[in-house]
Amino acid sequence: MSELIRKNASELIDLMAKGEVSSVEVTQAHLDQIAKVGDAIHSFLHISAESALATAKEVDRRRAAGEKLPILAGLPIAVKDNLATTDAPTTAGSKILEGWLAPYDATVVTKLRNELMPILGKTNLDEFAMGSSTEFSAYGPSKNPWDLTRIPGGSGGGSSSVVSSFQSPLAIGSDTGGSIRFPGAVTGTVGIKPTYGAVSRYGLIALASSLDQIGPVARNVLDAAYLQDAIAGHDPHDSTSLTGSLGSMVEAAKHGSLKGKKVGLIKQLSGDGFQQGVRNRFAEALKLLTEAGAEIVEVDCPSFEYAIDAYYLILPAEASSNLAKFDSVRFGMRVTPEGNPTIERVMAATREAGFGPEVKRRIILGTFALSSGSFDKFYGAALKVRTLIQRDFDAAFAKADVLVSPTAPTTAFKFGEKVSDPLAMYLNDIATIPANLAGIPGISVPIGLADEDNLPVGIQFLAPAHKDAALYEVGAALEGILEGIWGKRMMDFAPELEVN
Amino acid sequence: MAKANLMDYEKAIELFEVVIGLEVHVELNTNTKMFCGCRNDFGDEPNTNVCPICIGLPGSLPVVNKKAVESSISIGLALGCQIEANGGFSRKNYFYPDLSKNYQTSQFKDPIAFDGQLDVEVPSGNKFTVLIERAHMEEDAGKLTHIGGATGRIQGAEYSLVDYNRAGVPLVEIVTRPVFGAGAEAPELAAAYVRLIREIVKALGVSEARMERGNVRCDANVSLRPHGQEKLGTRTETKNVNSLRSIERAVRYEIQRQAHILAGGGTITQETRHWHEDKGATSAGRPKSDADDYRYFPEPDLVPVQPSKELIEALRAKLPENPADRRKRLAAEWGFAEMEFRDVVNAGLMDFIEEAVAQGAKPQAARKWYSGEIARIANSEDKDVSEMNITPKQVAELATLVESGKINDRIAREVLSAVLAGEGSPQEIVTSRNLEVVSDDGALIAAIDEALAKQPDVLEKIREGKVQAAGAVIGAVMQAMKGQADAARVRELVLERANQ
Amino acid sequence: MSEITPDLVRHLAGLARIDLHEDEVVRFTEQLSLIVDSVAKISDAIDANTPATSHPIPLANVFREDVVQPSLTQEQALSGAPDSGQGRFRVAAILDEE
Repeated sequence: MSELIRKNASELIDLMAKGEVSSVEVTQAHLDQIAKVGDAIHSFLHISAESALATAKEVDRRRAAGEKLPILAGLPIAVKDNLATTDAPTTAGSKILEGWLAPYDATVVTKLRNELMPILGKTNLDEFAMGSSTEFSAYGPSKNPWDLTRIPGGSGGGSSSVVSSFQSPLAIGSDTGGSIRFPGAVTGTVGIKPTYGAVSRYGLIALASSLDQIGPVARNVLDAAYLQDAIAGHDPHDSTSLTGSLGSMVEAAKHGSLKGKKVGLIKQLSGDGFQQGVRNRFAEALKLLTEAGAEIVEVDCPSFEYAIDAYYLILPAEASSNLAKFDSVRFGMRVTPEGNPTIERVMAATREAGFGPEVKRRIILGTFALSSGSFDKFYGAALKVRTLIQRDFDAAFAKADVLVSPTAPTTAFKFGEKVSDPLAMYLNDIATIPANLAGIPGISVPIGLADEDNLPVGIQFLAPAHKDAALYEVGAALEGILEGIWGKRMMDFAPELEVN
Repeated sequence: MAKANLMDYEKAIELFEVVIGLEVHVELNTNTKMFCGCRNDFGDEPNTNVCPICIGLPGSLPVVNKKAVESSISIGLALGCQIEANGGFSRKNYFYPDLSKNYQTSQFKDPIAFDGQLDVEVPSGNKFTVLIERAHMEEDAGKLTHIGGATGRIQGAEYSLVDYNRAGVPLVEIVTRPVFGAGAEAPELAAAYVRLIREIVKALGVSEARMERGNVRCDANVSLRPHGQEKLGTRTETKNVNSLRSIERAVRYEIQRQAHILAGGGTITQETRHWHEDKGATSAGRPKSDADDYRYFPEPDLVPVQPSKELIEALRAKLPENPADRRKRLAAEWGFAEMEFRDVVNAGLMDFIEEAVAQGAKPQAARKWYSGEIARIANSEDKDVSEMNITPKQVAELATLVESGKINDRIAREVLSAVLAGEGSPQEIVTSRNLEVVSDDGALIAAIDEALAKQPDVLEKIREGKVQAAGAVIGAVMQAMKGQADAARVRELVLERANQ
Repeated sequence: MSEITPDLVRHLAGLARIDLHEDEVVRFTEQLSLIVDSVAKISDAIDANTPATSHPIPLANVFREDVVQPSLTQEQALSGAPDSGQGRFRVAAILDEE
């Protein structure tokens, strides 16, 4: 059974389709793994064993009856806990939403249900997706399966750790400034932020509405492709949802190739100041790209120097508005102070008690950025920088098919290392943020371990808006080359999980 | 609530120049709300026309109602506005329990319509051009009920209840530029302007325009400045003016109140005030302060609204005749004298008369009943004509009954009272009370004979040329018939008899 | 040097309806000062002519037809409410007149 959990999603789909293994067996195998390592890693905030098995049973029944089933039917999946589900609480990693049962499913969740995928549970995240380590989750952090004293990345550390510890073959994440890609890099998994609008945001608890995007978390590129194909598509409930199709990511991944590809090395994100081990693996990866027939060209994106600044104005501004609805009136926590408090006092006391420090910090910052007298200098200016970043990307993509950078400046850092230094924490996202500002898609693919700490390193590819397929093409090709060199998969390098 | 000191009105006008500004909110009569598919309706069970979007649940997203946009454009065109070619929505951020997201999705720097004007005529016949700064789209808030206080008002309430059925209903806010030069007629101008807005939106078919239902709401801004002074005085904004009469009274009151303060060397507090119809006064509400930093920013969940020229022209072609043209047409059709027509308009009776005429009444008859009777009764009861318990159809019925000779004028007044008292339709009352005029000559002759028997010399006197002697017989017959006879016919018959 | 003062932080917290403790005011003032000073350099990158971009992907005119869709039931609507009564959400008395 433990071999089942080490299989890729595409392999499991194949085995189930052939009838060699049942969905119940696959689901149970993962539930067993959850029981074994779940506490140690703390990927889940809620586990839905019963309903997952019920779905698995239903899939097996239909398959036995000869019914035609969706491609991913019977394949278990975990869902980041900022997506609304009617049958499991949605907390967004915050105390203010403890136990909240949404009366509706997010569109992506509905798609997973239509795909008949057993949903194993809801995964941990930094509170309201604000963070890059899960240290800001109100329910405690998740651990990196490679080293339990280190962060699994954030905000989607629950999703990345659940997949990298084989508790689930796939997971759904959300990425606002790197919350899928950074965890992917530090846990040796694959994570994609699709083009803005490719996946419906309806039911995603909004952080920064113009930056948020839902995406797949998997152990390899083809698996992620299956998942993106399943969750993407126009949704009339989301006004920012793309109307056209982006094509099949699975086809792109299956026909991965680097030959003739122009790969743009971003001058501002080529690794200056990054951890040495990250730079070494990155340089090697670039060499492999060239050997496989790609051409590396240099691209210059001067506005990227201001990307983090723009991001840490746009995000808090939108978040301060999005989080205003958490006021004790219609749902969530209510704290009633002593005496005969007015509703204003109840709201203020509730939000003080229910929000963690990072959330409060960003709400205050965002309120500042939008306030009269500050708007032009801060939020208004940030919107202009966004234009410059898009222009730099446009110019870069005139010279290259995809762009490349290390996904993150470091490997997984230790718990507590950056949590008291917001600015230091923000720098984790330096390479991932520009893509969110511009709305273009990005992928993180594992490229090996850093020499100094034997921890995973990821490479990031970026493509023009709507060209997500290019990422899967290039990513799958590189992944194939690396697995060929290693003779095994990235996750096979991971140390045995020590669980007591 | 202590009543403020008021300066004599004439004196106030003598000392100060009055500047007014009007903000009118029009509730659209679309089937659904502005940003979701919930029913836009009045009077349903609380919180039954709600969904995740309009109660602001985490993860919900708005989608714009196309009909609401078209209605808003039509209103803009009818106000002579330009239509914004590239606009969108913005968030207006503030906390209040009736605001389900604690921000209102509205429009800020790019209203759908701008720079229009309306020519408004006041009762004296004077005409004013009111410049329209903008008309923009926004959503309504929910409804608060305050429990435990003395009068159901906020002060002293123990707690409040919130119903979000109204939250999200489409509104168009029409804002005038400051209106100068109305002088003593400022109150009348304010009321006439709002009456005109009502006419326009009713004629467009985009709103029921019933002020008592809150379909049209007015906030009146009033400021005073010494004659000849360039700088505008501090203004107050008076809310909760629910009828045309209230608007006039509230503006007048504010002029007198502010004049008294200014003449005494005091200053006006810039604040929101509330109109109290029962007390005929305004009271201070929340001072306008820094707390009103709404931190507007472009709504990231909604994309730009770019109405095509084709759409705008199609809507322009569907505009009904403008109010000035309509009034000219009706005045000519009805054959009213200029003074008569102006009185009808000023008394707010034009729509009623138009409807009664459509239902079969002759215009002068409709005017007589509405102007002469119903409006008079309404005034004496301190009510608006719209609140009187009679429909235009019933007025037409009444007029037709008189016209056909079935009842005479005196009986008709009795019937009118009965209709207003809720006894039913005019025909039902005539039938149930047996009020029809006797038209059978035989019965009349019999009554005449009886009367003549008691006054035998009448016929002789008539034959001698003293025709007025018939009066005694007519009187006696009318009394015997309990007034249910056509006095003119009785007279005819008496004279006929005399000439036999 | 920095625009971020404790008074400003208290004012912003008031606007955002968060009842910050004094030690949070002190800590946030320090942290936000650093952040704001850092991001303030953003004005070097732009000029008056740079247009703003509020939506990353150019879409326009996304509408829905004016057709009634199913609503939540009253029970569903109130299901998350900390307090409700008479079919409505119940809240403590409101301080400000509307």
